[in-house]
Amino acid sequence: MSVTIIIPSPLRIHTAQRERITVEAATVGEALRCLCERHPGIQNHLLSEDGGVRRFINVYVNDEDIRFLSDQKTGLRETDVVSIIPSIAGG
Amino acid sequence: MNSGKMSPEQLKRYGRHIILPEVGREGQERLNRSSVLIIGAGGLGSPAALYLAAAGVGTIGLVDFDSVDLTNLQRQILHTTDSVGTSKLSSATQRIQALNPTINVRTHDTHLTFKNAMDIISAYDVIVDGTDNFPTRYLVNDACVFLGKPNIYGSIFRFEGQASVFHASKGPCYRCLYPEPPPPGLVPSCAEGGVFGVLPGIVGTIQATEAIKVLLDLGETLIGRLLLVDALTMEFRTMKLRKDDQCPVCGPKATIKKLIDYEDWCTGIAGSNPNQNVGDVISVQELSGKLREADTFQLVDVREDFEREIATIGGIPIPLRELPGRMRELDVTREVIVYCHTGQRSGRAVAFLRDQGFSKARNLLGGIEAWSQLIDQSIPRY
Repeated sequence: MSVTIIIPSPLRIHTAQRERITVEAATVGEALRCLCERHPGIQNHLLSEDGGVRRFINVYVNDEDIRFLSDQKTGLRETDVVSIIPSIAGG
Repeated sequence: MNSGKMSPEQLKRYGRHIILPEVGREGQERLNRSSVLIIGAGGLGSPAALYLAAAGVGTIGLVDFDSVDLTNLQRQILHTTDSVGTSKLSSATQRIQALNPTINVRTHDTHLTFKNAMDIISAYDVIVDGTDNFPTRYLVNDACVFLGKPNIYGSIFRFEGQASVFHASKGPCYRCLYPEPPPPGLVPSCAEGGVFGVLPGIVGTIQATEAIKVLLDLGETLIGRLLLVDALTMEFRTMKLRKDDQCPVCGPKATIKKLIDYEDWCTGIAGSNPNQNVGDVISVQELSGKLREADTFQLVDVREDFEREIATIGGIPIPLRELPGRMRELDVTREVIVYCHTGQRSGRAVAFLRDQGFSKARNLLGGIEAWSQLIDQSIPRY
């Protein structure tokens, strides 16, 4: 399944400033692992040691938060968009 | 002034509102009787305060402790060049009263803390969160949950913004969205990461819009939705927000029942960050001593060129965003000491370099700012 991951600007330093990364994945977990393999620097910021998504970052599939779906086991369909949404605090 | 009954002049001033059937005379009188607290008279607070004042919100409260700096004027449209160096509250009050002398401005010249937040917030109908740091955002959220106040949330970074309405009795709160703050230094501030000047204009105006809708019970607010704004692509996306059953503040099994010390709490979580090891940092004093043996290490300046024109302590110039492409210019076997303005960008640079195998990379704590304060006062501060 070809899905797009949207990278937020605080994490783009790890993706050579690329905003959209396309990966082949059947679940959100696979998509995130694929992203981390391709851009290893992002892993520490995105995932904690136990492999869970860090608590100041939310991962959405289209407009749904994966915490309220099946977390990283959430299945993906072709053309789904995975968004990484970090907390930001500027005012 | 706040009785709600309008004078002929006020009827004229608010005429374009009054002829809207959704607002009408009754809605306008309701606005005139209502109160909004804006926390932070900065990028977000500026447009929010101006539009709420123009709309005739009867009492506008402002919380800030800072004075106007020249760097604020690129986006903080409450303040003017003449007000540089004066208190933001007095500058904001003058501007708001010039726009609409018929409303009350109440100023709170203080840091919002867990000791004063309940008292200050309880006096207002709606709260607009325009702060610039995580501890205060969690403080504002928790106080609003405890007091049952709607919290109009907005935050910005570079070209991206977020907005929502958190109202725990009707939907999720900020902690349902982000249970924990990131460790300090991971997400740069606007001073460190930059911010597109009109972006707070967009997001702060959205906050003012939502505040008025909440006050007038108008339309569909952002309760239960997170609005994402990208000024570069000019895309607006809305994500669904849900109440978190596990939320420690608004959930059924809430464990936090009163305000805590948010500075301590945010720092405590930072302690678990694997990127913040003691060996990763160096003080300005230690660097000062090492400069005599300058050939034993590589000093790297990850700031932008324009910052170097203001002040520099030397080193190889590699702006943070160019680091991934240019790290091969550095010798991986030698010590690398990285600095920036205040130590945030360089902290991220060091975390990145260590990931890439630079095991001897260290971050200059406090950056050139600490250097000019503690080591060499001839280095200009900015």
